[in-house]
Amino acid sequence: MASPIACANLRKTYDAKVEAVRGLSLRIEAGECFGLLGPNGAGKTTTIEILEGLLAPTSGEVRLFGHTWADNPRQLREWIGISLQDTRLSEKLTVRETLELFASFYAEPRPSEAVLAELELTEKSDAWVGKLSGGQKQRLAVATALVGNPRILFLDEPTTGLDPQSRRQLWDIVRAFQKKGGTVLLTTHYMDEAERLCDRLAIVDRGVIIAEGSPSDLIDRLGGHHVVEFQVSNNVNDNGSNTDGSNVSSNVSNNGRDNVTNNIVILSEAKDLLHNTAPEETIALWRSLPGVESVRYEDSTICLTVREPHLTIPALLDSLDQQGHQLEHLSTRQASLEDVFVKLTGRHLREN
Amino acid sequence: MSTETTTPIPRLAVPPPVLAAPTLRNGRWSGYKRLLGARMLELKREPEIIFWVFGFPLLLALGLGIAFRNKPANTTSVAVVQSAGAAQTMALLQSSSDKSSPAHSSIQATVLDRQSALNAFHFGKFDLVVEPNPDGSVTYHYDPARPESVLSRSEIDAALQSAAGRRDPLPTSTQVSSEPGSRYIDFLIPGLLGMNLMNSGMWGIGFALVEMRQRKLLKRFVATPMRRTDFLLALTSSRLIMTVIQVAALLGFGVLVFHLPMRGSLLSVLFLAALGGVTFGAVGLLTACRAQKLETASGLINLVMMPMWIFSGVFFSSQHFPAKLQPLIQALPLTALIDALRAIVLEGASLHSQSARILILAFWGGISFVLALRWFRWT
Repeated sequence: MASPIACANLRKTYDAKVEAVRGLSLRIEAGECFGLLGPNGAGKTTTIEILEGLLAPTSGEVRLFGHTWADNPRQLREWIGISLQDTRLSEKLTVRETLELFASFYAEPRPSEAVLAELELTEKSDAWVGKLSGGQKQRLAVATALVGNPRILFLDEPTTGLDPQSRRQLWDIVRAFQKKGGTVLLTTHYMDEAERLCDRLAIVDRGVIIAEGSPSDLIDRLGGHHVVEFQVSNNVNDNGSNTDGSNVSSNVSNNGRDNVTNNIVILSEAKDLLHNTAPEETIALWRSLPGVESVRYEDSTICLTVREPHLTIPALLDSLDQQGHQLEHLSTRQASLEDVFVKLTGRHLREN
Repeated sequence: MSTETTTPIPRLAVPPPVLAAPTLRNGRWSGYKRLLGARMLELKREPEIIFWVFGFPLLLALGLGIAFRNKPANTTSVAVVQSAGAAQTMALLQSSSDKSSPAHSSIQATVLDRQSALNAFHFGKFDLVVEPNPDGSVTYHYDPARPESVLSRSEIDAALQSAAGRRDPLPTSTQVSSEPGSRYIDFLIPGLLGMNLMNSGMWGIGFALVEMRQRKLLKRFVATPMRRTDFLLALTSSRLIMTVIQVAALLGFGVLVFHLPMRGSLLSVLFLAALGGVTFGAVGLLTACRAQKLETASGLINLVMMPMWIFSGVFFSSQHFPAKLQPLIQALPLTALIDALRAIVLEGASLHSQSARILILAFWGGISFVLALRWFRWT
């Protein structure tokens, strides 16, 4: 049986100059929840709208269950349910009226009452859409996607701007759909959403997939599963030159002493320099500690990706002591997709 | 799309398995019915729409109908300057029969001292000041820039002269003509009806569409198996239903309040109104077929409506414009609609006699609809 979603070499160029998608291929299997993860402007929405048949690609091919959009668009529309990014449904219709309107477009819809119950909207079914909270509106948007009894669910940033409880509620809805055998494609720029919800995901940046796999695969590729983050300052007597306490202070260089500077380097104006701002020797120093897989600087914080934190941390403390530095802050956490993204691109997901 | 990079996948004869067994089956027209129902509900729940579509034209008709009502008797207000001849002038004015006045006005005269009379005249309280001179002659103070003052001068003069014994050499008689059908309000109501159909067609379709486009609701709709023609059909149907109600409200109001005569057949009026409603709906569709923002749309809608507001003869006859402009003015859809409505309502003309105007309307509607479909932007 053909994959629910497959595309090859998708390209989309706007106005013959802006390349939103630059050669993107995907294959998503039945029953999978697949995530497109990337920062704003990475081409996620363009990609999903091409797959949904709402945008024509400049080149490349899309097949849903083996059919192209040119074959029989009406038939394909019967099989998919869509929640667009930020659709404002008619405010003066009630929740039930809205759902029944959408149900009427499909040949074999599900009963509206059942969908309302499933999405916990029964109580609100006679309320005007304009009176709903953000979470309820988003659930209604997903309800309009589910009422057609789809085989594939497309969700474009389904939880952006929602409170934590509403987000979890939506995740449950997606999982329930998946449990029935449905295939889900969603876009998100939230790490935790991608990690918890998706079986597989593709990290998209600047219109291309830069990594693809299950969340744990991707984190494995970092080398270490833990991240140690710390900040240091020099000895008290060296600190006087930088008293304003601001991280956005001018370039600080303590006369090259030890090449380890406090508040290392500030990169507000040159994010892409993230990797290269600290002197080579310093990076090499941290890198040489036991169990360290990679080193990066983030403003004044030094982040080490490590395999075994119980070996690294004592060594780190010793090393700082020897150099006469004072530890200002230390924390450890599990490595996340954010670390994967930063490692691959040198940028954070939420930066613009 | 190129297919060179992937091997062709055989088309599925059977659809992918459903996740939940279907319990409902929708018919061919279920989408259309729901769309129409939803549209009517939205209109009903939007108080502004009710006001602009029904309240506003009725208020306009009422206001203009009262302002321009045919006054049963105009009153000419004059001041007579206190003097020796004042009493005699007053007597002459009173003895003059008002039948001699062409405007059927009654004369209201007041005696005042010279200064107060002139002051009150300047403030518009009197149309004319009559000053009897010691030698028996009379001086009129009047303002040639004020039509009522000019009229008053000639009326008072005629009244005084005939009361003083003037005999007109040419015998004349007059026939009064102010029956329903030839009054301003009768002229106005079909004009307002046409204008109202234009307004609500342009705003009701054009603005509503751009709003749905801006909300991404249009995009959401076309992401479903909804038939696009059903959507446009439902929008048109809602406009037709509104048209019938608008015609009934405005004509009913005219007949009940102003005794507007309905000389033609009601069916013809309804047909014409429906055609007008759909035509302006199509023009609205064309105007809004690409606009992404409400501001752009309102600008465009006003731009399209402006020439018709001015030239199509809503409030006064379009014949007042120079003959050179007439072919253009007559080709405007609103001119065609209003002129045909007036002919049917006021003159009892048949639909057949209005076929040229009907063709003009249908032409505008048809062209707009075809172009709108070609250029329409759903997303």
